[in-house]
Amino acid sequence: MSALRVHVAGIGLWSAQLADFAALREWLAGRPAAAPAAKPPAAALPPNERRRAPESVLLAAEVAGQAVAMSGLAASELACVFASSHGDQAITDYMCATLAQAPAELSPTRFHNSVHNAPAGYWTIATGCHAPSTAVCAHRASFGAGLLEAAALVAADRRPVLLVCSDTPGSGPLGRITGCTDAFACALVLTAQPDAATLARLDLALQPAGDAAASWPEALPAAWRQGSPSAPALPLLALLAQASGHCRLDVADGLAMDVTMEKPA
Amino acid sequence: MPVPIPPLAVSAYTATSAMGHGLDAHLEALHERRSGLRPNDFGSAPLPCWIGRVDGVEAVALPADLAGWDCRNNRLAWLGLNQDGFLDRVLAARDRYGASRVALLLGTSTASIGATEEAYRRLDADGRFPPDLQRPPVHAPHSLAGFAAAALGLEGPCLTVSTACSSSAKVFASAERLIRLGLADAAVVGGVDTLCDSVLFGFNALELVAREPCRPFDRTRGGISIGEAAGFALLERAEAAPHAPRLLGYGEASDAHHMSTPHPDGLGAELALRDALARAGLQPAQVDYVNLHGTASLKNDEVEAALVARAFPPATRASGTKGYTGHTLGAAGAVEAAIALLAIEHGLVPGNLGGDTPDPACGPQFAWENEQRPVDVALSNSFGFGGNNACLVFARAGAPA
Repeated sequence: MSALRVHVAGIGLWSAQLADFAALREWLAGRPAAAPAAKPPAAALPPNERRRAPESVLLAAEVAGQAVAMSGLAASELACVFASSHGDQAITDYMCATLAQAPAELSPTRFHNSVHNAPAGYWTIATGCHAPSTAVCAHRASFGAGLLEAAALVAADRRPVLLVCSDTPGSGPLGRITGCTDAFACALVLTAQPDAATLARLDLALQPAGDAAASWPEALPAAWRQGSPSAPALPLLALLAQASGHCRLDVADGLAMDVTMEKPA
Repeated sequence: MPVPIPPLAVSAYTATSAMGHGLDAHLEALHERRSGLRPNDFGSAPLPCWIGRVDGVEAVALPADLAGWDCRNNRLAWLGLNQDGFLDRVLAARDRYGASRVALLLGTSTASIGATEEAYRRLDADGRFPPDLQRPPVHAPHSLAGFAAAALGLEGPCLTVSTACSSSAKVFASAERLIRLGLADAAVVGGVDTLCDSVLFGFNALELVAREPCRPFDRTRGGISIGEAAGFALLERAEAAPHAPRLLGYGEASDAHHMSTPHPDGLGAELALRDALARAGLQPAQVDYVNLHGTASLKNDEVEAALVARAFPPATRASGTKGYTGHTLGAAGAVEAAIALLAIEHGLVPGNLGGDTPDPACGPQFAWENEQRPVDVALSNSFGFGGNNACLVFARAGAPA
């Protein structure tokens, strides 16, 4: 199977337990930090946009801002891929509830915030980014499928790409169906060539999944995986906290991605 | 600027919309200049407007082993896959390359949200979904691609692109990258969106819905007519289908301006166009026909007409076809790609429908009536909320000479 090689220049993370990638490192080293605030600061958004933005956008912008700051690259130059299994579930819950009761009262702002590419839209507006941007999903394989989309863009166009994968907690009757209990978001800035800012090199290979399931680090609570369809990103994030190693991610039903990670010397 | 890419073969394609089921119905409606729009007879509450509804979706029965995916959007997808022999062409490609070597990339704006809306209308006393709708995969935006993967038996990369109204144009770009990088040998691309309360009342709340049939590029246009559609294409390396039309290029760019209003100077749209032409290795004068996004919203048409006027010579022909189909949102890219391919295959520049009193911003490029002439190179524009722009370039095999 063909392989893709990309380099990681920045990492962002936000969950109920972890406020950034450094907090994951500390957690893995047996020094868990205090849980972050309920609402991500999303400092990358201008104050006006931050006030208007729904929860899904704040979450995505928080980790995007972290990863881009770590990379030292200009956000305006980065193509971006925003993955999310369910989009903004609070808005979907609001829309379906309103449509069932008083459809003519639907809020126009909540409607335009309901599009799956709302985080991509807010992010490109906030950062003045005219590069290609996209919004994708693949149910519980959204991180792996999003990583494939982003890595393919890096390799095909030889340009740096921001990947964000995020999901809000479920809400209302829909929340019982999606089973999402926790917010989770992560981001990677990926480049084609290594440079001084490179944190790690990733070799990605697609494989029929066969019987080998996606990996999950023993050090991490299984409940973290259950809580969010974006949390299957954690094996790769935990890998990035180590010196080298492998992990396996789901990309689609029956298709896996084997990731081999090495740090620069 | 990007470098030119190796062309891909569009070895099969199909469309199902308010114009009819399959390509012949589309060609006939275009020749007869017959709109598929009708007074709104859809939705859980009345809304005085016109819609592009596909006949017969309610009567579609999914095969028994796919019954768990049942909903209006997947019924329309199944209806669409069964036109023009498309399903068999995909199965042949699957046999030829192997199921894990055929990618599936589909665009949708709202997927099967109509089923979620229905569940909220029928919540039980404890506020739970009714038993027949307790099917989690149907209530996720990946429902369409999940269904199609099961229906086609594909096991390669499988992704939903959901960038509002540019969704099913962008899947062509994603597919090209996977094939060029050797991660797939072929790709099924396309898009499906169905009528639902979310989009009817949502666009109505934004005051973007016309009361009368939409009139793209008319001076007194009053907004959009919402439609539903399914469109699909099969992409392979050029040598696999020497005579099939080509995907020569694509461009993608962001406005960075506003969530629901296009950039006033069409900045993102122009960047996508320039990017697409560079990837195709073409100059604007080599473009015979541009199928425009042309939603009939005040702003979109104003900005897009100005872009056509400054980017193309008078000989290039341009028109919008949402007067036929309505705005099919996440399916528009795929359906209008099919119309651009029909233009190439049949030498038909479809006249813009609904623009009886042309907006003065429209230049000499606009085709207001049908024109029978050779079309070697055809573009398709798709622009979405959030300032998300895409442009596709198709050509006859061997063209431009």
